[in-house]
Amino acid sequence: MPLLWVLRDMLDLKGAKFGCGLGQCGACTVHVNGTAIRSCIWPISAAAGLEVLTIEGLSATGTHPLQRAWEELDVPQCGYCQAGQIMSAAALLARTPKPTDEQIDTAMNGNICRCATYLRIRQAIKRASAT
Amino acid sequence: MIDGSGVNRREFLRVTAVTGGGFLLGTYVIERLAGVAESFAATPSAEASLGAYIRITPDGIVTIIAKNPEIGQGVKTHLPMMIAEELDVDWKNVRVEQGDLDTVRFSGQIAGNSAATPFSGQIAGNSAATWGNWTPMRHAGAAARAMLVMAAAQTWSVAESECETSSGVVTHKLTGRRLSYGQLVDKAATLAPPALESVKLKDPKNFRIIGQRIPGVDNHAIVTGKPLYGIDVSVPGMKYAVYEKCPVFGGKVVSANLDEVKRQPGVRRAFVIEGGTDLRGLLGGVAILADTWYAASAARKKLRVTWNEGRTAKQSSVAFAEMSEQLSRDKPQRSLRSDGDVEASLKRAAKTVDASYFYPFVAHATLEPQNCTARYENGKIEVWAPTQSPANGRGMISRTLGVPENDITVHLTRAGGGFGRRLNTDFMVEAAAIAKEIGGAVKLLWSREDDIRHDFYRPAGYHYFTGGVDGAGRLVAWKDHFISFGEGDAFVQGGEISGSEFPARFVPNCSVDSSVMPLGVPTGRLRAPGSNGIAFAVESFLDEMAHAALKDPLQFRLDLLSNTPAGTGADPARIRGVLELVAEKSGWGKKRQRRGTGMGLAFYFSHRGY
Repeated sequence: MPLLWVLRDMLDLKGAKFGCGLGQCGACTVHVNGTAIRSCIWPISAAAGLEVLTIEGLSATGTHPLQRAWEELDVPQCGYCQAGQIMSAAALLARTPKPTDEQIDTAMNGNICRCATYLRIRQAIKRASAT
Repeated sequence: MIDGSGVNRREFLRVTAVTGGGFLLGTYVIERLAGVAESFAATPSAEASLGAYIRITPDGIVTIIAKNPEIGQGVKTHLPMMIAEELDVDWKNVRVEQGDLDTVRFSGQIAGNSAATPFSGQIAGNSAATWGNWTPMRHAGAAARAMLVMAAAQTWSVAESECETSSGVVTHKLTGRRLSYGQLVDKAATLAPPALESVKLKDPKNFRIIGQRIPGVDNHAIVTGKPLYGIDVSVPGMKYAVYEKCPVFGGKVVSANLDEVKRQPGVRRAFVIEGGTDLRGLLGGVAILADTWYAASAARKKLRVTWNEGRTAKQSSVAFAEMSEQLSRDKPQRSLRSDGDVEASLKRAAKTVDASYFYPFVAHATLEPQNCTARYENGKIEVWAPTQSPANGRGMISRTLGVPENDITVHLTRAGGGFGRRLNTDFMVEAAAIAKEIGGAVKLLWSREDDIRHDFYRPAGYHYFTGGVDGAGRLVAWKDHFISFGEGDAFVQGGEISGSEFPARFVPNCSVDSSVMPLGVPTGRLRAPGSNGIAFAVESFLDEMAHAALKDPLQFRLDLLSNTPAGTGADPARIRGVLELVAEKSGWGKKRQRRGTGMGLAFYFSHRGY
């Protein structure tokens, strides 16, 4: 069983979303040992002994700089992709604290937003990286 | 009373005391609509009503019920903003709750509003929530405010006109005495509510909430991964379901290897649903239920179904394109507009251009795949649905399963995108049918593949244009033969065209014709229905005409717009304003382009938007 379904249906953590089941849309993004992965195609067996971080655990109080920037800039429209976007962005900032636009676009390329909030996503990552 | 629109209304406000203090204000307008016929009306002909709830507790916290489906358009935030504005409270003291489907309280329109349409009901469609609810929501807030003022005036034995409100406090202007809404609610709950027409609305120059950028009320829940969406719903004891339908729309199950499927790990049930013939309704298929969705999905890979595919199995995009090419050479089936003499003006034109434009069927692809959770218990059905059209969903469930509407409860969840897809409620009736069959609770979740294969597609469209310009480079003739799908005079949903499509009204010789082909594919509205395909075709061809006229595409459009338009429609001055602003901001005609890049210009008027 992929990690996503363990999270959602067995552990009742609904933050990671199901979008495609093919690792194509990014809605299910979580971190495994600090790397952003697509949990819908990551077998649970491959997560044995590794640390899994979901949006629910990104910060204790929902005040990670990315979460704050996302709220301040009113990024979400339908919001469905945003947990995955934030997790991809968090992995980027952990690696590259001050990313350029190009680095942001490259890192975020696999996360689809059907409402096309991409400009504000980039803006929010910039804002978070400045804190 | 019968007003000019033939609507017989009775209306009243109702106030209910809330246990533990506070009051609940509902505004009700019960209308008997004389014949509102809109194809996706929430309550097309029956009793429609409008309401908005406001709950104020003694601690001054104001809870406003957001009645409409939230699909990302922000309606869960901005309808409550309208109420809060007129109520005159601080937004920071407002809490917003999503309302369930309630066609008595939450549908219909307020008396005296000329924009009385069913779209002010609980529906996300037609880009109508803001203008359709503008007056009713404000009235609801203003009525509650009036009652709080009344309560304060009576407490102080002063005239209401001597009182004013601000930030959730009533002040007696002469003496400076103050009472907060929280202190007034118990008394207000005992008062008779005012007639809606009598409540005074704010002068827009005094708005403090409307016009401000207010972040979405669900933002914090979204960025912290809290359950919000249909897919996140969890009901005790529920099973997870997948539903396999025929790859040919409307096909029926002949047989399926259910015994093998039932042997797969975690599978609890597998059964055939007969289904009907309405492509918008419950279609035949095989339901597989398991302890987890993943187990149901895995078992589905073993499913083998023999289908009766039905009569449309041979339809294809290639065949449609060939048929449209054929039809384009025939006399159009219908004329939708004929101004001047197009054929004669084309003969006289200095230059003519022929072009054809096609666009394909497209799926909405909401990022949250279709899903619905349903529970059947003691003859009653409860559903949790990410739907744009909850009332239609309830109606469909009732008709299909023979359960009275009164015994069906619909909870609205946030939806991960809508774009018109969720105006159709097939996923709701499927979940309800499965729940009824098992006599319990189920979450039906479609795979992404299901979602693409069983959409209500924006239909393909084929435009065959001819245009002519005169020696001065003016557009003098325009002809569009639009080939779509339908039967007789009826277009399929989403495949319509109107005779007033731009540049009609501005071209002296203009015709819009149509022909249709039969279709066995379910179609529907995709955001800005019609416009999303037509705009591409019309504006592209307009550009071709500008080039034929050897004119700058901007100037060509501005010249066209300086013609006196025939009839009413989009305002040419506003169109010109938009074009000029775009030209200015983009550096049109001034900015040097990098090699291999260029700039294009297009304008479109859609859904009251310029």
